[in-house]
Amino acid sequence: MAATLSAPTLPAEREPVRRRTGGAPRWGSPGVYAFAALLIIAMLAPVVYIVIGGFRTNAQITSDPAGMPSPWRLDNYADVLSGGVFWRQVLNSTIAAGATTLGVVALGLMVSFALARYRFRGQGVMYALFAAGLMFPLTVAITPLYILVRTLGLMNDLGGVILPQIAFGLPTTVIILVPFLRAIPAELQEAAAIDGCSRLGFFWRMVLPLSVPGVITVGILAFIGSWNSYLLPLFVLNDSSAFTLPLGVQAFSSEYSVDTAKVLAFTSLAMLPALVFFSLFERRIVGGLTGAVKG
Amino acid sequence: MTSTRESSPPANSSPVGLPAGGGVTSSVTPPPRRGRRGLGWRERLEIAALTGPALVVFLGFVIFPVLMAAYYGFFRWEGYGVPTDFVGLKNYVTILTDPLFHEALLHNATIAVLSLVLQGPAALLVALLLNRRMKGQSLIRVLIFVPYVISEVVVGTGWSLMLQSRGALNDVLGRIGLGALESEWLSDPDLAIWTLMGIITWKYIGFAVILFLAGLQGIPEELHEAAAIDGASYWQVQRSITLPLLAPTLRIWAFLSIIGSLQLFDLVYIIWGQYIASTAGTSTMATYMVSFGRNAGSYGYGNAVAVVLFLISLAAALVYQRTVLRRDTEGALTGGAR
Repeated sequence: MAATLSAPTLPAEREPVRRRTGGAPRWGSPGVYAFAALLIIAMLAPVVYIVIGGFRTNAQITSDPAGMPSPWRLDNYADVLSGGVFWRQVLNSTIAAGATTLGVVALGLMVSFALARYRFRGQGVMYALFAAGLMFPLTVAITPLYILVRTLGLMNDLGGVILPQIAFGLPTTVIILVPFLRAIPAELQEAAAIDGCSRLGFFWRMVLPLSVPGVITVGILAFIGSWNSYLLPLFVLNDSSAFTLPLGVQAFSSEYSVDTAKVLAFTSLAMLPALVFFSLFERRIVGGLTGAVKG
Repeated sequence: MTSTRESSPPANSSPVGLPAGGGVTSSVTPPPRRGRRGLGWRERLEIAALTGPALVVFLGFVIFPVLMAAYYGFFRWEGYGVPTDFVGLKNYVTILTDPLFHEALLHNATIAVLSLVLQGPAALLVALLLNRRMKGQSLIRVLIFVPYVISEVVVGTGWSLMLQSRGALNDVLGRIGLGALESEWLSDPDLAIWTLMGIITWKYIGFAVILFLAGLQGIPEELHEAAAIDGASYWQVQRSITLPLLAPTLRIWAFLSIIGSLQLFDLVYIIWGQYIASTAGTSTMATYMVSFGRNAGSYGYGNAVAVVLFLISLAAALVYQRTVLRRDTEGALTGGAR
């Protein structure tokens, strides 16, 4: 389904997309490829350093900071993977990110549908309110938010991370989904109404399936945002059993600050899920942002 | 907007599945956008049900805390019980006269300006490159986005290990004969902010590139062809056609970049920690807020810093929207034609 529904996406796609239609490269000199290669090296070198560093020993790292492993050692990775700490943090991060994504998508879709396809008093104000939320990043509200979460008794509880993250994820979601849902032709809804489909029936039967590409984009943004978030968990989760991966990486790197190799192994394992997730949905993420979701 | 979309694929492909909805409910509400009078109770209920949950969560966890910050900011308060020690504007006076805060603000401003000056042109160059037809283009596009997807904590941990005085970067510099460039990347106060800028650029350039590419793909190929037929060189085309047409995208990106720079926290806090950041010259308003608010147990003060941070961001956003973004609403795209 999603593969055939490429049209309603970010506004940029509304312009004719003609960039890639034909003609040979006009500037395909080796210089371009050399530049591109340098760029890739610069972007990936730090990532590669972290991954490879995990296969070395501390002695190797001390004597030759930028060298290759000789011999390759698996014990750092094995240690991290066999301990319970890493897996518990993976679980915590997964729960937090999953629930955040679910909440953002569900609430965002509902409110966006109302804003896009109903007319009511205060509609403009409501949209402006959510749009203004873009200017309130979590950083600004973190201190009072922490007090609120504590008052609600959600300290050291993933719920204390999930609820605020849903709230702060809503502005982006509304901004992306409202134009998306508006783009569904009114004729479709009229036809549905003639066939006896209520507005909410239209929402369930037509809007949900049609909005899959937009929802995926929004969901991925929410998931990665939550997976990587640091400031809010830092305030809310003090108990190490509730740590998410970013807090875990930081705790691990201060606890084992002399054991650089192990820190590198832990760090590279911690970024692995995000990278796997990214490579799975890479087209959706990059494509969603470039307004070229072509399944 | 709706009418322009009539020919889009969903309109063509979807009505097939339509009749399935027949006979679900008795009350057929009129199609939307047909006048606002006569909202039935049923419709009101639907609107309330659809918007209620999101509104509650949003007001409760975004708007309410921001308002509470303004309230707590007038108290000296250790964070427990009801704040009683009303100190008026004293917290704000302290903030605005604290040299450490001035430094942090200066660092934020520096980061904001340098982000625009360094990241913008670099990202534009990369986007122009990737917008050409070349082999492996989509792979490059994905790879350049990788640092953006990795969490700040991982980035900070990795870079701080690499940038130690006997770390990988100095080692590589020594090996390729640039030993003279070996430095104390993190602790030298003259250098640290540039190190931070390097890491920020590395981490966030992918986002700018993706955004610019989206803008570039909206520019019709015909314009380039026409200019080429008129004998314009590649760079002339880019300067006189691509850049002006990309201007709205550039302005939106600059806006996001400025706001992001003012809020910067994670990277600095992880790499420099709460104590070293100010001596290394990389402290930001947000790290100042956490260090002197929560970590010092002064929640009233921390909230006051949050308010100042918010007002500065808001002022920057408003000024930017009034002066720069206004042009977009006045038809920047067609500006040349008028």
